[in-house]
Amino acid sequence: MSRLAVEAQGLSKKFGPFLAVDHVSLSISYGSIFGFLGANGAGKSTTIRMLCGLLRPSAGWARVADYDVLTEADRIKKVIGYMSQRFSLYQDLTVQENLEFFGRVYGLNGSKLKSRITQVKELVGLQGLENKLTGKMPSGWKQKLALSCAILHEPEVIFLDEPTGGVDPISRRNFWELIYKMSEEGRAVLVTTHYLDEAEYCHELSLIHAGRIIASGGPREMKKNYFPGNLLELACSKPLKIYEKLKTWPEVQGVSLFGTRLHVLVEKEGLQKFKQRLESLGLEFSLRLINPTLEDVFIHQLEKEAEKDKANGHS
Amino acid sequence: MTSMSDLVLKIKGLGKSFAGVKALDGVDLEVGRGEFVCLVGPDGAGKTTLIRLICGLEQADRGEIEYFGRQQKKLGSKERVRLGYLSQYFSLYEDLTVEENLDFFSRLYGQARNQELVERLLEFTRMTPFRQRQAGKLSGGMKQKLALACTLVHQPDLLLLDEPTTGVDPVSRRDFWQILFNLQLQGKAILMSTPYLDEAERASRVALIHQGRLLAFETPDNLKKQFAGRVFELITSDPQSWYKRLKSQAVFLDLQLFGDRLHLVVRPEVQVSEIAEFLINQGVKVEHLEEVPPGLENVFIFLINKSGGQN
Repeated sequence: MSRLAVEAQGLSKKFGPFLAVDHVSLSISYGSIFGFLGANGAGKSTTIRMLCGLLRPSAGWARVADYDVLTEADRIKKVIGYMSQRFSLYQDLTVQENLEFFGRVYGLNGSKLKSRITQVKELVGLQGLENKLTGKMPSGWKQKLALSCAILHEPEVIFLDEPTGGVDPISRRNFWELIYKMSEEGRAVLVTTHYLDEAEYCHELSLIHAGRIIASGGPREMKKNYFPGNLLELACSKPLKIYEKLKTWPEVQGVSLFGTRLHVLVEKEGLQKFKQRLESLGLEFSLRLINPTLEDVFIHQLEKEAEKDKANGHS
Repeated sequence: MTSMSDLVLKIKGLGKSFAGVKALDGVDLEVGRGEFVCLVGPDGAGKTTLIRLICGLEQADRGEIEYFGRQQKKLGSKERVRLGYLSQYFSLYEDLTVEENLDFFSRLYGQARNQELVERLLEFTRMTPFRQRQAGKLSGGMKQKLALACTLVHQPDLLLLDEPTTGVDPVSRRDFWQILFNLQLQGKAILMSTPYLDEAERASRVALIHQGRLLAFETPDNLKKQFAGRVFELITSDPQSWYKRLKSQAVFLDLQLFGDRLHLVVRPEVQVSEIAEFLINQGVKVEHLEEVPPGLENVFIFLINKSGGQN
């Protein structure tokens, strides 16, 4: 077993009567990229703030880079890097000035600061852009600069809170190349994202809902273990015409339009019945089983939770 | 395909420069009734400029825009009210409730209070339980759904959405697709820009724009047919270190690393047996190797490289 960079057991946080985080346990190895997924308000940020030593847990414990979040919170702040979507770069400073400023905030100075800035610029590919005004750079570059500022002090654990919002596909790919580099250097990375195609890049994932972790595993495992139905791609000449009809069939759990095709979620035992009904419509069609995306898995799990809540009389 | 009478928007040879820089360079595009067209491309490709030209917020240097089958130099007020525009920076009144925002925007369009419409929009966007909540107290996803509802109060026939899902969580995003899908069923036309290619998989047609030019305008299926390659999924232990070692191998046009697997892109004539042999010779312990359909991201990177790459 590889050494753990982050370990939490039964971590909980109450705000008055409201249980924001409810017995969360997780572990992240050094060198591992951990995707922390959940809707807005599910408890992601509260958990991260506890792990960063910014918020005291109501119950449970956690260790980050071998420091205890309850008793050694000050030390934790020095060994972690944090970057969020609303990264706070100084727009009217140049790239170099931002790097120097954040390096000093993290306690670097003199030749150490200078050499770290050079190293990080090389790693991220910021050489030659030193004198560019931050506010005038495209968002993909701002994001890389924000990451650079967060890793100047060589943190062992890096928290990335929705780092890639609104960035184009090529910049996103480049950014993930960087995250993999961090992982190769043996750092642990925790990422949150609303874009589940991005969660495919993570080694391990956990899905949090209403403060509790409801699913965990690698991307392939998640699809295998947490998506019980059959997802089918249906191609036919008039998809919009049969959409309403499909929705009324009892074995159909969901229908959505993808371009000129429909994606139909059919319950596990209902595949035969579904095929028969389709054939009885007398139209030409082709049907194939497809892999669910992580977004399909995520939505499915949350809908299941919502049903449970309803059954238990919660709203 | 769309018949001529169903064309809601037709653009020919649209060009626009800002301070000598070509933002748009001869773009042709059309959107029909009931169609959902996605505009994708890197940052600065010209997506927002195109949408702003269609909304009449900017004037084109050259080219023509035809709205609802009528060609005109300037967007007239009759056509303007048939457009709904949601920008990246749409601002709601944070201290008004959900319902008050809807009412306010509907009055902006000179409409009398229409409770039935407000109810319908609340229902449509699954916001009914939150009608009394102040807009400022909504989550990012809910705000965006409310913003969409506000652009629908005057029942536009053509919706222009500029990166509407940025910062929206997956649950609200699903609602968002359902709303757009229902609008499509009603015969509305939608043009949406997005930086997320998995979102474009849902479109009737995808317009790929790069450096101000249209590289492709096709259904997602046809777009994938333009992709001259095959994608294989490789499952092996430690995909990350194999990614680094295989990246420089000429047989691979592109490599994509995921958390627990690799995607290998090869030329169309390469057979699975050749790849398997190659991998085994390299010392890869192949747990699983299977051809998978290309994603729009594969196509996107392929077409951009073909057009001369990204600068």
